[in-house]
Amino acid sequence: MSATFEPILTQNVGLPNSETIRVYLEQGGYSALRKALTQTPDQLIAEVRESGLRGRGGAGFPAGLKWGFMPKADVTKYVCINTDEGEPGTFKDRLLVEHDPHSIIEGTIIAAYAVGAQRAFVYIRGEFFLGVKRWIKAIDAAYREGFLGEDILGSGYSLDMSVHRGAGAYICGEETALINSLEGKRGEPRLKPPYPAEVGLWGEPTLVHNVETLANIPHIVNRGANWFKSIGTERSTGSKLFCISGHVRKRGNYELPLGTPLREIIFEHAGGMRGDKPFKACIPGGASTPVLTAEHLDVPMDFEAVAEAGSMLGTGAIVVMEEGTDMVDVARRLMHFFVHESCGKCTPCRGGTRQLADTLDRIVDGQGQSGDIELLQNICQNMIGNTFCPMGDAAVNPVLSTLKHFPDEYNHYIEHKQPITAH
Amino acid sequence: MSPEIVAPPTSLRDPARQRMVLTALYIAQEQYGHLNEEAIERVAERLGLPVSQVYSTASFYSLFHTKSTAKYHIQVCEGISCALCGGAEKLTEYLEAKLGIQPGEETPDGLFSLEQVQCLASCGTSPAMRVNDELYDDLTFDKVDRLLDQLVER
Repeated sequence: MSATFEPILTQNVGLPNSETIRVYLEQGGYSALRKALTQTPDQLIAEVRESGLRGRGGAGFPAGLKWGFMPKADVTKYVCINTDEGEPGTFKDRLLVEHDPHSIIEGTIIAAYAVGAQRAFVYIRGEFFLGVKRWIKAIDAAYREGFLGEDILGSGYSLDMSVHRGAGAYICGEETALINSLEGKRGEPRLKPPYPAEVGLWGEPTLVHNVETLANIPHIVNRGANWFKSIGTERSTGSKLFCISGHVRKRGNYELPLGTPLREIIFEHAGGMRGDKPFKACIPGGASTPVLTAEHLDVPMDFEAVAEAGSMLGTGAIVVMEEGTDMVDVARRLMHFFVHESCGKCTPCRGGTRQLADTLDRIVDGQGQSGDIELLQNICQNMIGNTFCPMGDAAVNPVLSTLKHFPDEYNHYIEHKQPITAH
Repeated sequence: MSPEIVAPPTSLRDPARQRMVLTALYIAQEQYGHLNEEAIERVAERLGLPVSQVYSTASFYSLFHTKSTAKYHIQVCEGISCALCGGAEKLTEYLEAKLGIQPGEETPDGLFSLEQVQCLASCGTSPAMRVNDELYDDLTFDKVDRLLDQLVER
């Protein structure tokens, strides 16, 4: 694992003008599309299924399986490219969009061809101003070169692609909320089932994929499922863009095989802790994932191992915290994120996130009372499994995991009205 | 408003009208400065949709401002990674003191307004903030001072 890893997704990042089609073509770009168009949709679906590629947007659902859920009939079908990267700690999709958008476009065209979709919609965070410009420029270039539009490369297959800005709502990264937003509505999630592959955008079968997931497709087509499976672990194949931030020396995106130990990512690749203070805790996969502590540093970063350690791989966004970090305040901050981003549709989340944040505010302000810990736990239990969408389940993770691993800090606040780290 | 933002000559139930709402709101926000009552009504009129339906969408998204913002609308990222690296609340407090305003307010000269926003996906280069549509990261208080001076001089 420690041998230098040959980049796959980031192989073009760093080359001057890497976002242009000229550079992408020079590096062999769109060769996978040419190859894919000579294969049947079933062959492609089988290859992607065999590769074991799992969604890179946080849920880790097998991509090939999702493709297989789309109906085979010649009906209206859509693909959505989820560029709504909003999970705190995560900044990998932005990297791909800004520096190698054509890899995502190529992956999308192949996916759309495999499932028989006629239109692809890029849904991008409204805040990603540069990303929007680069998407539009890249799509225009792809049309000009004949990779998009009518009768792509003489294959008989046609695909149109357009860019649509979100307007500042984290929940629109959830596929059904994204679909509602594309339809021009409030970005509220829908109940699943039915899943988007059955009833999606304007009621039609829709395939929604994260940007990083799609960027893997050209490589799988070119080099095969067996090659892809040779990277990573048995059930978490391929490479992953890990986003490291917080109290490390070298923050940034690191492409590494799935299964690379957390310790190696933080202390070898990211240069270790930024100062004298040792490692205290980290969030392994973005704000929605439970915190891990020093006892977990040898956890291999793949979907199974992180779950076994009591957290989730999520987006692979590792936020590192040094000794002296106020963990109750961390929970408070993360709670305010969820309050802000709650769509408001269901009472347990709308009310629960607010109650959790208000209680944590009170505790951090020195107004904590005995019974507050039980109150926090009670509110969390009322939310888990009772919210309209999984965001409510995620929102309790910061509170419950910091309560589990750092109960002394909560007790200290309540008893002494100030943080344990004040000493 | 651009001529292409027009309701299709179909029934009110046609989803083709609703799907234009976000695009229309972005255009209206630019033309009117913010999404005031007139802007919302204009979008509704153009798309042939009920005002309440357009307002329903407009009020959901944080990039749609139903209250006025200043010439330079500063949006400070409150993400956890920014908070851990000296940004977020610390940066907001610095700007509050420097500009003399709280989030949601405008400076008397109409130049700056302030807002706390959620993670801007600049976690590896935090602290970060946006001014209108431009992203500024790797911030220090010195850089913020220089940026504000530059904006004043423009």
